[in-house]
Amino acid sequence: MKAVVTVMLKQGVLDPQGAAVQSALGAMGFEGVGGVRQGKVIELDLAEGTSEAQVTEMCEKLLANTVIESYRVEMPQTDVTS
Amino acid sequence: MKAAVLVFPGSNCDRDLAVGFRTAGFDVDMVWHKETTLPERIDVVGIPGGFSYGDYLRCGAIAAQSPIMGAVAEFAGKGGHVLGVCNGFQVLCETRLLPGVLMRNAALKFVCRAEPLVVASADSPFTNGYTTGDQISVPVAHHDGNYQIDDDGLAALRDGDRIAFIYGDNPNGARADIAGVLSANRRVLGMMPHPERAVDVAHGGTDGCALFASLAAAFVTA
Repeated sequence: MKAVVTVMLKQGVLDPQGAAVQSALGAMGFEGVGGVRQGKVIELDLAEGTSEAQVTEMCEKLLANTVIESYRVEMPQTDVTS
Repeated sequence: MKAAVLVFPGSNCDRDLAVGFRTAGFDVDMVWHKETTLPERIDVVGIPGGFSYGDYLRCGAIAAQSPIMGAVAEFAGKGGHVLGVCNGFQVLCETRLLPGVLMRNAALKFVCRAEPLVVASADSPFTNGYTTGDQISVPVAHHDGNYQIDDDGLAALRDGDRIAFIYGDNPNGARADIAGVLSANRRVLGMMPHPERAVDVAHGGTDGCALFASLAAAFVTA
């Protein structure tokens, strides 16, 4: 069973890498890109029966630094956002 | 007087940090990250610079979960002294022994240069060999030294006089020019600049000596 964790910088936290990508897109001639935020997608291959709470704990303890990052967990039949 | 210097895979300033401690008279034990306990009768733990675990996931994030860090947290919880430099500062933030977080430099570039610093608080066992307001020069070398903390956290640092060093010429976008912060009990210091790279005239400067000498004095008089 797979879970997908998406980690993004929280709104309001400066994302210099996203800003650099936005600037590069503009320099390439792509117009109308109003903002770019760069994050991480982490795929977890889990034992059957792993609970959403366990994945949330993984996020809290390691996968995200909740001082600056938010995370979203997508699991079969669940979708948890923090 | 004894210091323990942690060694993670990817640490590259561990031996330099040991030299820094030795110049002030410390005996130094190098401690591998898989150890679960610190050596006996340790006065201070040094967490060195480098790229522990290749900076995978986030700088310091994997090192923060390594076996030895449980012992370091316990040591700090009992009032032990801990110095984290560069990657060591990142590790201390990831373990939440210090508040805030180190992000990618605002200009996205690795910065390596001698950096003017101001001693913002000489009221700590790490900095009492300086005078508050002293201007010193200490090398920085990092890609992720952009210290960020929320408004409440920054207010708490200021109210507690816990900002140890600020940059004279902010190299990385750090909030409030913060280069180093202290824990509430003032016995844990994290800083991005490398005092161990300024302890010999051959380094180009000796402004880091007072930091190690301050620590040594804390244990001689204790």
